[in-house]
Amino acid sequence: MSEMLKGIAASDGIAAAKAYMLVQPDLSFSESSVEDTEAETKRLDDAVEAAKADLKIIKEKAAANLGADEAEVFEAHLTILSDPELLGNIKDKIVNDKVNAEKALKDVTDMFIAMFEGMTDNAYMQERAGDIRDVAKRVLSHLLGVNLPNPALINEEVVIVAHDLTPSDTAQLDRNFVKGFITDIGGRTSHSAIMSRTLEIPAIVGSGNATSTIKEGQTVIIDGIEGEAIIEPSAEELKKYEDKASDFAKKKAEWEELKDAKTVTANGKQFILGANIGTPKDVAGANDNGAEAVGLFRSEFLYMDASELPSEDDQFEAYKQAVEGMNGKQVVVRTMDIGGDKELPYLPLPEEMNPFLGYRAIRISLDKQDIFRTQLRALLRASNYGRLAIMFPMIATVKEFKDAKAIFEEEKAKFVKAGKPVSDDIEVGMMMEIPAAAMIADKLAKYSDFFSIGTNDLIQYTMAADRGNERVSYLYQPYNPSILRLIKIIIDSSHAEGKWTGMCGEMAGDQIAVPILAGLGLDEFSMSATSILKTRSLMKKLDTDKMKKLAEKAVSECETTEEVISLVKEFTD
Amino acid sequence: MEKKEFHIIAETGIHARPATLLVQAASKFNSDITLTYKEKSVNLKSIMGVMSLGVGQNADVTISADGADETDALAAIADAMTKEGLAE
Repeated sequence: MSEMLKGIAASDGIAAAKAYMLVQPDLSFSESSVEDTEAETKRLDDAVEAAKADLKIIKEKAAANLGADEAEVFEAHLTILSDPELLGNIKDKIVNDKVNAEKALKDVTDMFIAMFEGMTDNAYMQERAGDIRDVAKRVLSHLLGVNLPNPALINEEVVIVAHDLTPSDTAQLDRNFVKGFITDIGGRTSHSAIMSRTLEIPAIVGSGNATSTIKEGQTVIIDGIEGEAIIEPSAEELKKYEDKASDFAKKKAEWEELKDAKTVTANGKQFILGANIGTPKDVAGANDNGAEAVGLFRSEFLYMDASELPSEDDQFEAYKQAVEGMNGKQVVVRTMDIGGDKELPYLPLPEEMNPFLGYRAIRISLDKQDIFRTQLRALLRASNYGRLAIMFPMIATVKEFKDAKAIFEEEKAKFVKAGKPVSDDIEVGMMMEIPAAAMIADKLAKYSDFFSIGTNDLIQYTMAADRGNERVSYLYQPYNPSILRLIKIIIDSSHAEGKWTGMCGEMAGDQIAVPILAGLGLDEFSMSATSILKTRSLMKKLDTDKMKKLAEKAVSECETTEEVISLVKEFTD
Repeated sequence: MEKKEFHIIAETGIHARPATLLVQAASKFNSDITLTYKEKSVNLKSIMGVMSLGVGQNADVTISADGADETDALAAIADAMTKEGLAE
């Protein structure tokens, strides 16, 4: 009997393959005494060698997919496994105490972990305790003969089943083998969902209990269009989904033809569809999907993937690579947006009661100006290699924008004075994600070259609902008239000053929201690269005069999200 | 036995990456090699030992090598120290 699991459709497409459980196995063991200590020592040596073999594969994959810096941690793990003190201590314990290898391994590694964790004056060393724990776990799994999963070790076609996928998990997914995934938690805007769209892997998130329902090796169909998974499907069901998959492939082929086309509506109005990217490597995907711009380049990866503040040169290389890759199309780089849920190990910030309402983004940049100025200098240098724009995140007041812009102008003036080349037409804009800024958008539009609406934060701050809190997730309502009204104010204010407004949240590629946004006059839509062609195809069918009426009605007459949704259906059918 | 003193200039001290490289450099030799800091000595071929010392910036450490290849070992370690910007 097949079984169905429902979740949130995170990434279009259909896949069927055997389940690979990316979950922590049971690593409990019992302590026992051994007579043949020589055999027990040999058992330890074998487990250590097997763990080393795993780590070598993981390290190679990490180096290929994430870069040499990311792979370093696994090199450190390998060094730990070759440590004569560590191995010597474990073997001594086996021989002297006549205990099994599991127990000896645990006792000795626990001692080292406690020692590193005890170095409370050195956060770096404290973190190394985690490395030892990881290494010990891997050796223990081989001693127990259980499989300790790691995305890098997958070597056949699978559907991944996990509670959640971390950035380092998704970064190691091999698209040749991973056909789809399903997680217990997460929403359309969670990291795992965004990554699934970037990698173009069908995915379902927030299924609730995939990890407890699905068993290793079961066949699972992932329907990323409807957000449904079928466990152990019948031949009939498999056939049905194969047909659906080929229909989807056909549709995709149709979209593919729009790759080099402009985004034009049925009545001839033109829009810009951009891609959101996280690293310069994503530029290839943006171009493959026909992006007309990069509407959001999150610069955080430069800070989060490093063990210290990224240098001006490192940043310059990354920005240069992105603007060159886009070949004259605009690339909007958002300056550092750290804080909130994003932390840096080397830049400890005081713990806060409300991190999303706290010290983050431009608030840090204006306070720690050396970090901000380094970033601006790297951006100024990169401006010579393409069409670069800069925007500041989390602007709430006119003063914040003016202060940030003044620092930019100061750094630019230094370039000019020193005779260093710098582009003359760098647009400097701001994110619109705080309701206070939206309410004075007319004033901000006098100074800002453009606005970019960040819908996730704008919705969270307008609704006063933490987007990570499942109990209040019903308040994440992009189509609520309150949100639409704020968006209208922002767009109208920018147009009144002859400026433009873009949107770089997930809402920009949402098939219900796009008709309304087009009607409100949004100029640029920036989204996951894989949503671009679908949106371009939708735009082709829209008449902006009609959408204008739709938008007016939605803003002035609708009371609820549901009313807005049915209104959109009425206008687009 | 040969000995050599180093003054650590790296801002982060001997942390994971340079520690790994020092251990790898030391492991190539047969001599017994020890790292001494604040009167505590550890085996320089042991990453756990090296990291457990928590050597920070401006620390003065002594490295001694004892064995047939002690001179080459110390030279190689001194080389790794400068290359990694750990000591001058």
